[in-house]
This record gives sequence, structure tokens and C-alpha cells, in this order.
Amino acid sequence: MIRSIGYGADPRVRIIEWLPWVAAIAAFFLLPEYLSLGARILTYVLFALSLDLILGYAGIITLGHSAFFGIGAYVAGILSAKLGVTEPLLLLFAAACAAGTLGMATGAVILRTHGLTQLMLTLAIAALCLEIAHKATPITGGADGLSGVTIAPILGAFKFDMFGKTAYLWCLTLLFAGWWLTRKIIYSPFGATLAGIRENRVRMHAIGVPVYRRLLTVYAISAMIAGVAGALLAETNQFVGLNVLGFETSGELMVMLILGGVGRLYGAFVGPLVYLIAQDVLAKQFPEYWYFGIGLMLVLVVLFARGGILGMADALAARLRNHT
Amino acid sequence: MEAFLSSLVSVAFHGIAYGMILYVISVGLSVTMGLMGFVNLAHGAFAMAGGYILTSAISRFGLPFPLALALAFIAVAAASMLLERWLYSRLYDAGELEQVLFTIGLIFMAVAAAQVIFGMLQRPVLLPDYLKGQVPLFGRDFPAYRVFLICVSSAMIAALWFGVERTLWGAMVRAAVDNRAMAQSIGINTRRLFTLTFALGSGLAGLGGALGAEIIAIEPSYPFAHLPYFLIVVSVGGLGSLRGPFAAALLIGVSDTACKYWLPQFGAFFIYVATIVLLLWRPAGLFGKRS
Repeated sequence: MIRSIGYGADPRVRIIEWLPWVAAIAAFFLLPEYLSLGARILTYVLFALSLDLILGYAGIITLGHSAFFGIGAYVAGILSAKLGVTEPLLLLFAAACAAGTLGMATGAVILRTHGLTQLMLTLAIAALCLEIAHKATPITGGADGLSGVTIAPILGAFKFDMFGKTAYLWCLTLLFAGWWLTRKIIYSPFGATLAGIRENRVRMHAIGVPVYRRLLTVYAISAMIAGVAGALLAETNQFVGLNVLGFETSGELMVMLILGGVGRLYGAFVGPLVYLIAQDVLAKQFPEYWYFGIGLMLVLVVLFARGGILGMADALAARLRNHT
Repeated sequence: MEAFLSSLVSVAFHGIAYGMILYVISVGLSVTMGLMGFVNLAHGAFAMAGGYILTSAISRFGLPFPLALALAFIAVAAASMLLERWLYSRLYDAGELEQVLFTIGLIFMAVAAAQVIFGMLQRPVLLPDYLKGQVPLFGRDFPAYRVFLICVSSAMIAALWFGVERTLWGAMVRAAVDNRAMAQSIGINTRRLFTLTFALGSGLAGLGGALGAEIIAIEPSYPFAHLPYFLIVVSVGGLGSLRGPFAAALLIGVSDTACKYWLPQFGAFFIYVATIVLLLWRPAGLFGKRS
């Protein structure tokens, strides 16, 4: 699956790896009317990165990653709307702690199982969170969603403006931090053991890797990143809806990651970008056909292009190189 | 006391009816997962298809109810056979992730297709007169439709269990569940067995969806909304077993009905908690051979 990225490869940041950041900053200046969509894309890229870490690198299949995204969003939202904590950095920190704790607690349970049981448990945990958020109306707002989220200026200096400039740059900053952390993990010996566990769990046991502990660690880290992404969504939208916890959110996220390419780090950048832009253009006009297209695309990707967009790009590049 | 007793009977009765439907829908999933190791999350789409076939057959073409039920079974089984041959069979050797993604893709397509063809609204079921009203039993009145539903499901389940446990085909299925390579090496055509079993399981799902259309409303979000319940039945019951999911389905049917009746403010909370606890206690399910 992944050959070029990972432990053993040259860990220095290659020039092409700066491309997303240059493009993101260029978009800030060139496309000012799309900044709110841009902030949404950046948030989902961070969320997809967290999924790539456990799905693409550690090989943990989950149907309930929205639980961490949702708890992050709700913790930030509730702290701000009900308790009057409006400092954005503090909210992110609280969300990361809550999601990390949930990840640690649920990971300790689900990582002992495998196969269908594990799949079912991740789904059940997310469904449980959704049910709690749905029924605890006084705290979460229930089906109406949580409104009244107010956010103070970042570091007391940068106010969230109505054009979404601050929100965009704030998301970009946090995505950069998330990317840096994820990249560090992937290129570390720890990341190498994760890939090893994905490829051959028994052998990793045999050579003395504490498999369960490694998986639990990465699961908690991934949950924290997902929680931060959720909190970012709450801060930039100033609203939290029940759908952040839903199965559709997990499903959509998976679609984005698969579309971009699993276990490639930058698949998490390409997927949400393509998906959310396509959604913005197509989904409002043809909602039914949009979902049909998504389904068809998933089926086709699985049958014919398992590496996603980046995988196809790699294959194309390899073919061109062979011809010349 | 009398009021409590009557609500107890009523909850048990509705719970059993619901559990039976859950079982008829999910048993195919248990067998395909146990037999082929295939994680078919799109199973609910077959049940939904059965429901739509029933409602349209009755309201558009005026078919009698029993005939519409049979049609739901046959049409869904036939369609699933084609799907299995063309698509599913390509992924038997693929990883779990590919199977999950592929079947999620199928769900998306089924939901969208249902929205385009049948619209967003719930489809009403036009019941024949003999299934409306009440049936007096043991000094109480029971809704006729649910009595009919329990009877038909019981008959189906009995036939299925007889088929799997007493016939040659059943012996071949059980052999293939236990050890596929060995079954193949003694000359069982597992390829054909898979197709037939898959078609039967999906057909049952279609029948269950049609039969239970009054209880589990037929609407486009069906395959997503009820997926957790089907999966709970299979994983709590145990993969590849017939009796495990039956016990699990009745358990879920009754406890879900009881929760909704007595503790509606908690919704499905207890079901999920119970599932998590049960799966931690027995990861392979109540009667499972492997997880």
C-alpha cells in the first residue's frame, strides 16, 4: 500500500509537501468569497487525518469515528454556550482532553476485540453518544442543536469576522499543527510498528511489540485530533448540530478518505477537498443523484482503484516514467 | 395490578413480533457472514427493497397481500443472486475494509434510488381486511396483523431450521461454515453454495422487510437507520449460528419495546449499553463459534 511514506524513508519535508500550504494561502487571497467553505474543508482535512492515522496506518476499521468529532464539538459548544468559557484555545484544549479520554476509555475496550465485534462496538459507541446528545436536551439542545456559541478573539487579538478570514486562518494553523504531529508519528519508529501491526499482527507480537498498547496510544491520539477538529467546527460555525455524531458523518468521512487514498497522509488532504467542493457544486441541485454518485464512486474505487485519487496519480506517474 | 399485567402482556407480545421480524431480516446476514466471511452492511437495503415491492405491488397493481409477500421474497432473492455473481463475489478475498466500503457504497446507492423512485415519505401498507382489527386469544384481544406476523415468521423459521439441520443442503452449508477449505476438498461446490445461500438470506431479508413494513416503516433512510439493530442481532447472537441470532433478536425486540414503553426518555440507550456489555463479556456473541 504505502511505500514512499513512513519510517525508513527520508523524514525531511520534501518540496512538494509544501504545495498544500502554498495552495491554501493562495486560496485565502484569491478566493475571498469561498473562505467559509475553505474553513470547512480544512476542518474535515484535520478530521480525515485523524482517521487516516488509525485506519490507514494502524489498520483499525471503525464505523464510529464521529463519536470523537462530536464530543469535541459538543464539549466546546457546551462550555461556551452554557458555561461562558469563550477562549478558543482553551476550548480546543478541553475538547482534545475530552475526546482523548473517550478514545482511551473506548479504545481500551474495542481494541481487545476484532472483526465484526470490533466494527459493531465502534458503531454502538457512536450510536450511544448520539442517543445521549439527543436525549439530554437541557444541556445539548437535543434535536434542535446547540446554538448561542460565542467565541472570544483568538489570543485576545483576532476577532472572528463575518467574512470568515480569521476562521480560515485559525483552521489552517491548527491543521498545520495536526499535520506536523501526524507526520512526526508516521515517520517515527512508533509509526513503523503501527504499519507492522496492520500488515502482520502475529509477527509483531512475536518480535516483542506491545501491540495492544501501541494501538491504544494511536487510537487515543487520533481521538484527540478528531476532537480538535470537532471543536474547530463548533468555533467556526458557532453552532453544533446532532448530525456531527451521526453514522452519516463517519460514513462521509470514510468516503472522503477513500476517495483521496488511504494510508498516504495526503489522501486526507485531497479527499475532503474534492468531496466538499463537489458537494458544494452538485449536492444542493441534485441531492438524490449526489448520494447515488457517492455510492457508485465508493463501489468503483473499491473494485478498480483501491488507492483513491493519489493512488491513480501514482500509477499514472509510474506508467509515464516507464514509457520514457 | 391488572393494568400492569395487561401492559406486560402487551409489551411482550409486541416485542416478540418485533423480534421475529428482526430475526427474519437478520438471519441471512448471520449466515453470509459466517459462511463467506463477508461483512455485508447493505443487508438492510434488501429488506427495504422487499418492503417497497410489497407496498407497490398492493397499491399499484392490486396484488393480494400473500402474493405480494411471495413476490417480495422471490424478486429480492433473484436480484441479490445477480448482485452476488457480478459484484460481491469479486470481494470475497478482499480485506474487511474493502467489503465495508463497498457495502456502504451500495447503501448510499439504494437510499438515493429509493428517494428518486418512491419519494422521501414513508410508504403506507394497505392491509387486507382480514389482517385489520383484533383477534381474541386467552381472554385478551391481540392485533390480528401481529398475530399473523408471528405465525408466518415462526413457520419460516421452522422451515429454515429444518432445512439447515436436516437436509443435505443444510449439511453442506454447515460444513462450509465450519471449514470452507475442507468442504471444498471433499467436493462441495462452495461457489454455488455461496450464491444460493446468499440469495436465500437476502430473500428472507426482503420477506422480513415486507412482512414487517407496518412495524419498521419503509422509507429511504431504512438501510442506514436500522443497520445497528441488524448488526447487533448478528454480533450478539454469534456469526454463522441460527439459534444465537434468534435469541438475540427476541431479546432486543422485547427489551427495545419495553424501554420505549416504560422509559421513552432514554430511547435506545439501554440497547446500546447492553450490546456493549454483552460483547465485552462474550466477544464471539452468545452462541458464536468465532468472532
